Amino acid sequence: MTTTESTDVTAAQGIGTSPVRPDGTMKVRGEFAYSSDLWHEDMLWGATLRSPHPYAHITGIDISAALALPGVYAVLTHTDVPGVNRYGLEHPDQPVLAEDVVRYQGEPVAIVAADHPETARRAVAKIDVGYEVLEPVTDSEAAVAGEGPELHPGGNVVRHVPIRFGEQDVTADVVVTGRYEVGMQDQAFLGPESGLAVPAEDGGVDLFVATQWLHVDQQQIVAALGLPKDKVRLTLGGVGGAFGGREDLSIQVHACLLALHTGKPVKMVYNREESFYGHVHRHPATLYYEHGADRDGRLVYVRARMYLDGGAYASTTGAVSGNAATLGVGPYSVPNVTIDCWGTYSNNPPCGAMRGFGAVQAAFAYESQMDRLARACGLDPVEVRLRNAMSEGTRLPTGQVVDSAAPVDELLTRLRAMPLPADRSGEPDLRHLPGGVSNTTHGEGVVRGVGYAVGIKNICFSEGFDDYSTARVRLEALGGEPAATVQTAACEVGQGLVTILQQIIRTELGVEQVTTLPMDTSIGSAGSSSASRQSYMTGGAVRAAALEVRAALVEHAARILGHDRGDLSVGGGKVVSRTDGVLADLVDVLGDAAFDRTVEWRHRPTESLDPETGQGNAHVQYGFAAHRAVVDVDTELGLLKVVALDCVQDVGKALNPQAVLGQIQGGSAQGLGLAVMEEIQTEGGVIRNPSFTDYLIPTVLDMPPMRIEVLELADPHAPYGLRGVGEPPTISSTPAIVAAIRAATGLALDRVPVRPEHLTGT
Amino acid sequence: MDFLRPTTLDEALAVKAQRPDAVPIAGGTDVMVELNFDHRRPGALLDLTRIGELAEWSSSDGQISLGAGVSYTRLIGELGDVLPGLAMAARTVGSPQIRNRGTVGGNLGAASPAGDTHPVLLATGARVELASVRGRRTLAAEDFYTGVKRNALEPDELITAVHLPIATGGEQFAKIGTRNAMVIAVCSFAIVLRDGHAGAAIGSAAPTPRRVAEAERFLLDELPWDAPAPLADSFKRRFAELVAAAATPIDDVRGSAAYRTHALGVLARRTLTWAWDTYRGSARACA
Repeated sequence: MTTTESTDVTAAQGIGTSPVRPDGTMKVRGEFAYSSDLWHEDMLWGATLRSPHPYAHITGIDISAALALPGVYAVLTHTDVPGVNRYGLEHPDQPVLAEDVVRYQGEPVAIVAADHPETARRAVAKIDVGYEVLEPVTDSEAAVAGEGPELHPGGNVVRHVPIRFGEQDVTADVVVTGRYEVGMQDQAFLGPESGLAVPAEDGGVDLFVATQWLHVDQQQIVAALGLPKDKVRLTLGGVGGAFGGREDLSIQVHACLLALHTGKPVKMVYNREESFYGHVHRHPATLYYEHGADRDGRLVYVRARMYLDGGAYASTTGAVSGNAATLGVGPYSVPNVTIDCWGTYSNNPPCGAMRGFGAVQAAFAYESQMDRLARACGLDPVEVRLRNAMSEGTRLPTGQVVDSAAPVDELLTRLRAMPLPADRSGEPDLRHLPGGVSNTTHGEGVVRGVGYAVGIKNICFSEGFDDYSTARVRLEALGGEPAATVQTAACEVGQGLVTILQQIIRTELGVEQVTTLPMDTSIGSAGSSSASRQSYMTGGAVRAAALEVRAALVEHAARILGHDRGDLSVGGGKVVSRTDGVLADLVDVLGDAAFDRTVEWRHRPTESLDPETGQGNAHVQYGFAAHRAVVDVDTELGLLKVVALDCVQDVGKALNPQAVLGQIQGGSAQGLGLAVMEEIQTEGGVIRNPSFTDYLIPTVLDMPPMRIEVLELADPHAPYGLRGVGEPPTISSTPAIVAAIRAATGLALDRVPVRPEHLTGT
Repeated sequence: MDFLRPTTLDEALAVKAQRPDAVPIAGGTDVMVELNFDHRRPGALLDLTRIGELAEWSSSDGQISLGAGVSYTRLIGELGDVLPGLAMAARTVGSPQIRNRGTVGGNLGAASPAGDTHPVLLATGARVELASVRGRRTLAAEDFYTGVKRNALEPDELITAVHLPIATGGEQFAKIGTRNAMVIAVCSFAIVLRDGHAGAAIGSAAPTPRRVAEAERFLLDELPWDAPAPLADSFKRRFAELVAAAATPIDDVRGSAAYRTHALGVLARRTLTWAWDTYRGSARACA
């Protein structure tokens, strides 16, 4: 297949346009069925008993009182797991239900099915678990030093990623160092973990669930249930946001176990508090950096040690560590690099995927360092970045040469040229001041600061992973119109993939009517809705399948019309000859024929990293965004108002311009949250704020309207030249805001989120 | 759990006398959270939303009688001019949806040290009206709060109204939160200045909302009431010190004790300036 053959780029509602989302109206009106709305006649409700302790031995489990409660159908423990009681995305190290030890607060110990959710919860409370409480392990650096008890066989280091690039003992005239901390951020998706498992007559089970990757769920479920793959079928439920938090299993195996055990459909829905225990979070990190440069601010070397706390189970800690290390110097050209990144086990909440995936933590540190370097060299913060900006052709610290657009200088130059917001003047409107309508200042103590940051993110799966997506496209005449159907297992998690896939088919086949089939495991894997990859991967697969359908259609039309195949194309519902114009209506040419093609599509292969040097062509594509933040700081109270958060991002090709803006706005807001408020606070492994009362996410009074410029510098290796959009804006938003706060206050601020205590010295 | 729905106050009081375990519910913005989190399993809920007289307010002799069931949204819209301090506090409560449901009566019933309206009620000298089948009584706001989430209600009593004076001078409320809307108070402060009265109170900085008596006395004694002029910084700082000294805050997930004490001092200084400016303006207008 060649991806350069002509496409109907002007197709109505095709790529490059922003048609209304098929699910948009229902979502706005509150009529969309999320997975928590699933219902089945005669269904039971599942509930989970979780460990109250971060680390304890289980000395006994007595389920008799729970079983005796009227309305209870099943109480299951680890002895009821028929297959392997271990799962995990990278290493199967996590029990479906705890055996003799619990390693984090909230770890599932037993599950219950009852005829009412309240009964299920009461039964959970009646399960008597004996615990011998142990001292929790909570320090990543101690884990790397080999201190403390081993939480898993082989010790507490999940992965160590070294990068050795260039000279290792080089010196420089200007040296800046720093120690930085990133708190544990939560994805804070609004739809809690939920699903419905329905036992089937063939002894299998059908699971409807909100997830990010149906097939990797299926793979882990069948292992735990001890069933063949064809006995466990998954269909995507309505997903209320994901951001990485649905990559790991939550209710999947539990609901299936209960359904198979009781022979009845079982629904499980976490409440908000349980949700904080029911999914992984962003790795908290401690990062030590040293940047060496010449007196003109040109980087000579970067040395860094990074500690990412993965919590009790591995999840995606290995891959997150790989990203933090390989992207650890940021979007800069650095001749000599020494990085060591460790992802570790602890008894803190498990951490794994979240938008930005390792790149976020590194970016806070390296961008803080670039500002320090600017100051040390007496340079403007943008200027020091421009002097070191990478570009197409740059050799990264992994030795990989970047082979498509890397417009870091252009992003920064355009950003700097954007107009700044006007100074405050006239009668103050509380909504535009730090504190908002809480009426804490009428301008007293308020100082404005401006900060810049730029970031880099790998797009798609890396390090040699066999990354592919499967798509089926069918074209036929239905009711007198040409109609296309598209089927994939790619998860629509709110990002708008359903719209994009329809747009691609309209462009490639020139038909208006495109039906999207439910996303399920009756077709091959699409890979995860992660790593900013679905437009690239499933978009690429759908395009490839559509092109095969088009080729078959043209062949068919040539035969019917007695025309030269090479002269024919399709578009606007017609078969068109380049020489003779419109030849026929597509619907007439189709007749009773149907063209149906399924394609498995891959991006260019990547390589694993050398385990000693971290060298290798590990990534397939890089995405870049830059932010400028303007922040008003109430320097006496430590309260903030982000006045402007402007962004320039290269997206290669905006398949759906409105969706691109939505991703940039949402990602930037998530970065703002990490900068100034979002943190799961733990103490000895115990979560102190598992609620939206105390885990705060930005409101409309915290997030300013954005000025956004979108560049479209095509990547010749990617479908339509597109570049993954979802993650880059989350990465540079945080350091830009903190830089602005530093500019306003003169404080060092080496930790996010920045709290009022940090700004007031209290 | 029984859901009891009286339609008159007398009926509600009779029910409450019979079922003292029944938890009154108006907007449900506190009670439902407690139920959902399983922190509370009352035998019955006593729904007050059908009782018309609780959702009314009236004005006489320079006083507002505010029914316990008047929503924050109505309070802001209908009484913002005459009760500016209480309206400022009401604007900081939750989101528009919460303000549509939540009531001052509910805030008093929950008696959380972080409740937004308490400092204003204390500073303005509000009286809380309580009723039971035994009769009615009113309590000064400072006698109403008895401990963390505890109040002076007897088991058979309901909160029926709050009586508070119409503003004639300066009233201010300010609240610290780590985001700019929809946030529980890290700490809060209210000040009310009118002829012959200086009220000041802190929220979320002690086991109960609390008047700061020494700071109030300082204002009453030392403010240049007869010749209102701008206040010296040293004067404001002294007031701020007295306010901060009255706080006994804790370290918790929302903020440190040291920050709360510090922030109260800043709020005291700023709100005194704003309230005094308003008072001076009104004093000039009367002259």
